[in-house]
Amino acid sequence: MTAETGIGARVKRKEDQRFLTGTGRYVDDLPLARATYAYFLRSPHAHAKIKSIDTAAAKAMPGVVEIFTGADTAAAKMGGLICGWVVKDKHGQPHKAPPHPVMAADTVRYVGDPVAMVIANSAAEARDAAEAIKVDYDVKPANVDLSKALAKGTPEVHAEAPGNLIYDWEIGVKADVDAAFAKAAHVTKLDIVNNRLIPNAMEPRAAAAEYDKGTGNYTLWSTSQNPHVLRLILSAFVLGIPEHKLRVVAPDVGGGFGSKIFCYNEETMVTWAAAKVGRPIKWTAERAESFMTDAHGRDHITHAELALDKDNKFLAMKVETIANMGAYLSTFSTAVPTYLYATLLAGQYTTPLIYANVKAAVTHTAPVDAYRGAGRPEATFVVESLVSAAAKELKVDPAELRRKNFIPPEAFPYQTPVALQYDSGNYPPIIDEAMKIADYKGFESRRAEAKSRGKLRGIGFSSYIEACGLAPSQVIGQLGGGVGQWEAAQIKFNPTGNVQVLTGSHSHGQSHETTFAQIVSDKLGVPIENIEVVHGDTATTPFGMGTYGSRSLAVGGSAIMKAADKVIAKGKKIAAHLMEASVADVVFENGTFKVAGTDKAVPLGQAVFAAYVPHNYPLQELEPGMDENAFYDPANFVYPAGTQICEVEIDPDTGATEIVNFTAVDDFGNVINPMIVEGQVHGGITQGVGQALLECAVYDKDTGQLLSGSFNDYAMPRADDVPSFKTGYKVTPCPHNPLGVKGCGEAGAIAAPAAVMNAIHDAVAPIGVKHVPMPATPQTVWQAIHGGK
Amino acid sequence: MTINVAMTVNGKAVSGKVEARTLLVQFLREHLGLTGTHVGCDTSQCGACVVHLDGKSIKSCTILAVQAEGGKVTTIEGLAESADKLHPMQEAFRENHALQCGFCTPGMVMSAIDMVKRNNYQLDEATVRRELEGNLCRCTGYHNIVKAILAAAPAMKAAGV
Amino acid sequence: MYDFAYHRPKTLAEAAAALKGKPEARAMSGGMTLIPTLKQRLAKPSDVVDLNGIKDLAGIKVDGSSVTIGGMTRHADVASSADVKKAIPALAHLAGHIGDPAVRNRGTIGGSVANSDPAADYPAAVLGLGATITTNSRTIKADDFFKGLFETALEDGELITSITFPKADKAGYMKFPNPASRYAMVGVFVAKTGNSVRVAVTGAGPCVFRVKAMEDALAKNFSSDAIKDIKIPADGLNSDIHGSAEYRAHLVNVMARRALDQANK
Repeated sequence: MTAETGIGARVKRKEDQRFLTGTGRYVDDLPLARATYAYFLRSPHAHAKIKSIDTAAAKAMPGVVEIFTGADTAAAKMGGLICGWVVKDKHGQPHKAPPHPVMAADTVRYVGDPVAMVIANSAAEARDAAEAIKVDYDVKPANVDLSKALAKGTPEVHAEAPGNLIYDWEIGVKADVDAAFAKAAHVTKLDIVNNRLIPNAMEPRAAAAEYDKGTGNYTLWSTSQNPHVLRLILSAFVLGIPEHKLRVVAPDVGGGFGSKIFCYNEETMVTWAAAKVGRPIKWTAERAESFMTDAHGRDHITHAELALDKDNKFLAMKVETIANMGAYLSTFSTAVPTYLYATLLAGQYTTPLIYANVKAAVTHTAPVDAYRGAGRPEATFVVESLVSAAAKELKVDPAELRRKNFIPPEAFPYQTPVALQYDSGNYPPIIDEAMKIADYKGFESRRAEAKSRGKLRGIGFSSYIEACGLAPSQVIGQLGGGVGQWEAAQIKFNPTGNVQVLTGSHSHGQSHETTFAQIVSDKLGVPIENIEVVHGDTATTPFGMGTYGSRSLAVGGSAIMKAADKVIAKGKKIAAHLMEASVADVVFENGTFKVAGTDKAVPLGQAVFAAYVPHNYPLQELEPGMDENAFYDPANFVYPAGTQICEVEIDPDTGATEIVNFTAVDDFGNVINPMIVEGQVHGGITQGVGQALLECAVYDKDTGQLLSGSFNDYAMPRADDVPSFKTGYKVTPCPHNPLGVKGCGEAGAIAAPAAVMNAIHDAVAPIGVKHVPMPATPQTVWQAIHGGK
Repeated sequence: MTINVAMTVNGKAVSGKVEARTLLVQFLREHLGLTGTHVGCDTSQCGACVVHLDGKSIKSCTILAVQAEGGKVTTIEGLAESADKLHPMQEAFRENHALQCGFCTPGMVMSAIDMVKRNNYQLDEATVRRELEGNLCRCTGYHNIVKAILAAAPAMKAAGV
Repeated sequence: MYDFAYHRPKTLAEAAAALKGKPEARAMSGGMTLIPTLKQRLAKPSDVVDLNGIKDLAGIKVDGSSVTIGGMTRHADVASSADVKKAIPALAHLAGHIGDPAVRNRGTIGGSVANSDPAADYPAAVLGLGATITTNSRTIKADDFFKGLFETALEDGELITSITFPKADKAGYMKFPNPASRYAMVGVFVAKTGNSVRVAVTGAGPCVFRVKAMEDALAKNFSSDAIKDIKIPADGLNSDIHGSAEYRAHLVNVMARRALDQANK
């Protein structure tokens, strides 16, 4: 029974029935009796003082229930939104932490900063009324261009962050690295802009809240990746509603990619205001609002250098990065360009010395925070761009240069010079397999054939490493993280033998309802159709730290394994009693307790029934019931790794790039459901391709207006922008979690930008073009080729 | 301006009072409770709202409810014969893992069915990719959606739908 | 969207009457531009006059020398019309590449041409083939129709009833789509009818325009080689985050050559 549905099987998803029949329940779908609707009036300016706000005319508009502004939230002494990770700068000082009011009070700091909340009987009436609010702004010069954000004379975003500097952080010993560079036979240098992205989960952010006057309980339905953490932040820092009086539900959520981790203004206001107006309030972002106000991703300016010896072994690397934080520090923003970025700069290589300096700057733009990969795509892009550029400069094969510098399989566990200790890995077979699938040997003839058609063909590698499965709580604490990083699970049998698996992890596309059920089915021998995975509701599920950082399976799945172990341990005692045997003699196999060497057997279901109907049961020694909890705090990060090979063709007349082949070979440790893993890889690669070829958040450098504020101007990858992908696996099980799993959610997005851009650089190298910036849009490539405007 | 509107949705006669500015998708979701049809953008590009009007795929966010007066609308809720017997396109999406978060899925499925019929059940990968221009998915990378549609075309033909 | 009074006239006369004397009234055909505009509250019409209830405004007629397409004919119907494919294949090709399938099922030729969006496809065919626009009050030659950014010769209340395209000996259309919107960043329609050659460019400028230098060269030699060195000045062309005026000017040449190759196939 479990062979088809257990670990390793391509089980069709349990969640599909409702999504395919239109019966999923997303936040905006909820029917709430007597609901009101919120609309947020937002700043049209990147930087301005608010001289006055006049809501009188708007309050008199049809259907308007109430209007709140920053004056109201200030009067209510509402806390500000928080950044939950304290990064200490190179002098040991905590980062600058300017306040982030939930509603702008006296200053607006980006286009989209909320200024007033209108609550009305319909969404249209709320928006109608918002237009009648008169805001008198004193418009100030804005700081939009990241390259100038830290320069003298640039307008400051916050008085609390002089010179717009949030921190000046470093890792590694600069003098040692400089000394190594002085001895280098070759140095490769690159200037890199990691383009700013807008996550654009297909479901826009939404929030709905109601307040029960009788009990004083609040319920917030939110498009959240981590309802418990959202509740914790709202309770402990922002609204002061005790945790036990606030229920946060994240029902079906239409994708997150990081953007739905964070605690946002709108869900905060909707919760608070629901009690004020005494009716439920619903808010759903229009896509234009998503563009303006969802936390953006990436946005680095970097100078990087790689030193090599005469044998092409990497000696040292140094990296200088300016990272954009946007106008306010979002929930995890400070950690992204430091602990999730610079600690990955060793990549898959034995580079013995690394120094990185990261300066985080505030600008008058939307907040920037974790987006699929979060820091690791930026690191991989730096490392893999450097390696491919070095191979070009040294005229060596890029695969050979990589192989020469790979951490050898016998070196694990491997301590990198940038804090992390890789637990396991075996990189050479991965690149071999990828090259085989991609037919690397046949590339030059394909390049020649393309040339005969007037096309420039190129091939690019990206051998990534990521640290995910966040993470050992004590390590996170030492690094300034404000929360634990464990997960919890509960396996709750019903008397009739079916099972509810309650998990603190939330699924918004990751397929937990299937994967987690497979684990339990495999481990306990329960048919998968008798297992229900429950997630997303703080009222019913154990505390969870959230779904991000490719951690759900490695951490949440491990918690489920621990709970299953407890079920088996208790079941053994019950079965021993029923079989009149010693517990030590009972074994559990295929869902049945047996006494070795006898034909005595008690199926798990019988033990469960006995636990709930304990007529023949060791009540003196054992509690009735079968309901086991477990918390799991990982011993280390997990370290998925892989190699992607991208092949492109460029039309030199138009600059258009077509991806003609894309191969990804990954080591995710053990795989629970290959079908689901491949889906994650496909989606990740496409987001990475999006970053490389299409996507870029562009602000007008003078006015701070978002120029790429809709799908008309922000190019999302469409079906004809990508090919079908070729995928493969190599498996080195994770040695420190019970499933031996790593994490697959972010890999595609982490590796793909470098693979694509290296292919483009390979394609244009024969015509003498050295640098194409990312994203390599048709115009950008054409300009690089023709030196045009 | 308030207008009475009547149409057939998933085979049932429905009617309601709407403002002139009410979009068809708002009528479906807010008046009829058919929340399977989604709204993912305000510029008619994402395709999460695609339904069939008189047998053709349209973006229900870019048509007024009053314009569907007298029309026959099919939404994602109206495709499956029963809970056990899904439309071949729904079945192909499940078989091929062509959905993750599920948000774009209703529009994808409706567009895909229209695509198969419009192309007389004969599709190749390039055609499928080109004709998905009006449907965005952020999860799947399209790989499995393309596979599902290619698999569904002969299945739809065989099933006579 | 702001609310408005909605009208669904059954005849052209009723439509004209509903629009008359109301400067803020708007006619709506497919709605593919108007509804998004209304949703973003970029327009606040007092009245919307929906032309979808008027019979006989949709349809395709072909005679010996021309193709006449009713104003309310959907893009999908032009794209899939066997008659259009036979008479002017480039026109069917163009219609089949407007927007996406769901948009083509609603959008109409009359609406597209009346809107004169700088990045729309149809204006390139109208000007490139030298079509004649028939309205409820007169006929207008393509060369006199497009006046500028979203500006045409149409008077208030004047509605396109049909457009007549002369059959060309050879014609081709190629567009380079904006990577985000997929509208034409540059689209070029080329057509040869007897000794007359027309080259019409959409997407590149504020409104569709002809390229005389290319037309003259092509009148002598209707091949892509004939124009390979003809550069379009960038002055006055559109420039945005997707393409500078210089890039667009360059693309005009590339797309023109590809349209010619298509026409000569």
